[in-house]
Amino acid sequence: MNAITLSDLNVFLSGSHVLQSVSLEVPSNKVTALLGRNGVGKTTTLRAIMGLIPSTGKIDLFDKSINGMPTYKIAQSGIGYVPEDRDIFSSLSVAENLSLAVRDANPNYDLVYSLFPELSHRGSQRAGTLSGGQQQMVAIARALLNKNRIILIDEPTKGLAPKLVSEVAEALSKVANETTMLLVEQNLALVKSVAEHIIVMAQGSVIFQGDPNNLENDEFVHSMLGVSGGLH
Amino acid sequence: MDTFVLITITGIGLGALFFLVASGLSLIYGLMGVLNFAHGTFLIVGAFSGLWISTKVFTTANTWTFLGAMVFGGVAGGLFALIVERLVITRLYERHIEQALVTVGVALVVGAILSGWFGNDPRLLPTPHWFINTVTIGKAFIPVDRFLYIGASFFLFVVLASILRFTRIGLIIRAGVENRAMVGALGINVRLAFSAVFFMGGFAAGLGGVLVAAYQSGVTPLMSGSWLIYGFIVVVVGGMGSLGGSAIAALLIGVVDQFTNYYMPGLGDFVIVFLLAAVLLTRPQGLMGKVGR
Repeated sequence: MNAITLSDLNVFLSGSHVLQSVSLEVPSNKVTALLGRNGVGKTTTLRAIMGLIPSTGKIDLFDKSINGMPTYKIAQSGIGYVPEDRDIFSSLSVAENLSLAVRDANPNYDLVYSLFPELSHRGSQRAGTLSGGQQQMVAIARALLNKNRIILIDEPTKGLAPKLVSEVAEALSKVANETTMLLVEQNLALVKSVAEHIIVMAQGSVIFQGDPNNLENDEFVHSMLGVSGGLH
Repeated sequence: MDTFVLITITGIGLGALFFLVASGLSLIYGLMGVLNFAHGTFLIVGAFSGLWISTKVFTTANTWTFLGAMVFGGVAGGLFALIVERLVITRLYERHIEQALVTVGVALVVGAILSGWFGNDPRLLPTPHWFINTVTIGKAFIPVDRFLYIGASFFLFVVLASILRFTRIGLIIRAGVENRAMVGALGINVRLAFSAVFFMGGFAAGLGGVLVAAYQSGVTPLMSGSWLIYGFIVVVVGGMGSLGGSAIAALLIGVVDQFTNYYMPGLGDFVIVFLLAAVLLTRPQGLMGKVGR
């Protein structure tokens, strides 16, 4: 069963046809990477799935339609969302940021603090005063507190120092063992280390989806991704 | 010195009333971005409800009657705000021009209905006998009702601040002020928080309506307009969405108004508008507001 199935998804923003009949499948129990150059519609795809922007077409979560549902109900259906710009609540403390995200009766603080031990010491600190890497930890932690059926993560390493990139990558590798994930990421090394399924977008459309190994020799897709010589 | 004490406490009392009107306005705009021109109607619905219970249900004017009127006026204002939010505002989130037009319409309709029903002449709200007493501080004689306004506003401030600081709904509201889309993406129905804020804002305005009626010695549908303008000024000066900012701005404006009118009679409103302009030019987000949303 697919975790997410998009059929003929279209999004218009400010008169631009941003997503053009996007159809894709995100298999369950796998990490799927959504790749493409800047501006091809990856973030828009995630935002459309979350109901944060209006769209037409069909969006199924585990074969049940979530079209037209308000964002909070989509999240309650079992989707954790880590947005591109982290969107943590800067005036709230770290503990309040985490507490706000709790939906389950028994939130998995153990998992969060085992992945990000630093957060356990910073509960009372204002989230807005955290470093970029720490803010990213809070953003990911919010999605891990509940037993989500899938987590959508949008460019988790964007703007982070190399040391922090490897920390976040390590955490994502561990998270990948726990849940289905749809990961938007520009860092191909990270993608290669965690992704078992790949979707490539170009100009608002899907141009490839399948096993990462099948992508190795596809020159057209490489050119669309702006890489040469495969994903190595 | 006695004059200074008298004007200061009178100004704080007036500021307390401004705070009651402005606090809900600030939260409603801060959380939902709703520019609510119908907020003044919450005030007069509260005031007329307080008048009704004081004259039709209770028969004697005493402390308990007045406290009952305050609570009833607050609840009536809150429920009316909830009705306006559910019936009108909820369909217009993110549509700011329509919100402004519709809330102006609500204000006009409610004002016209109340004018047609009760007339525009002020109707006396029964108050306890001790309202006409004064207390002596130094050699200044301070009307005792000023302390009631200050006490009621302080109590409401503490209650609202505690709700915002220590409860989950408060946490949702504070987060929603920053980024309501993300609150929804965490699986939280932010609309329920919106309704709670409307009720709280309406309660504060309704309670304020009863106290304003006591302060002005009468209830009239016309009082919504002038107090709403002061409420907007307080909110802009204090900062949208900031309860503390509204409290500070309300006190500042109340005291400035009273001092100006004492030393330069009739110029109080002019100085307040000058103060508003100065804040907008130097700190557009207000004294305690945040830049952007």
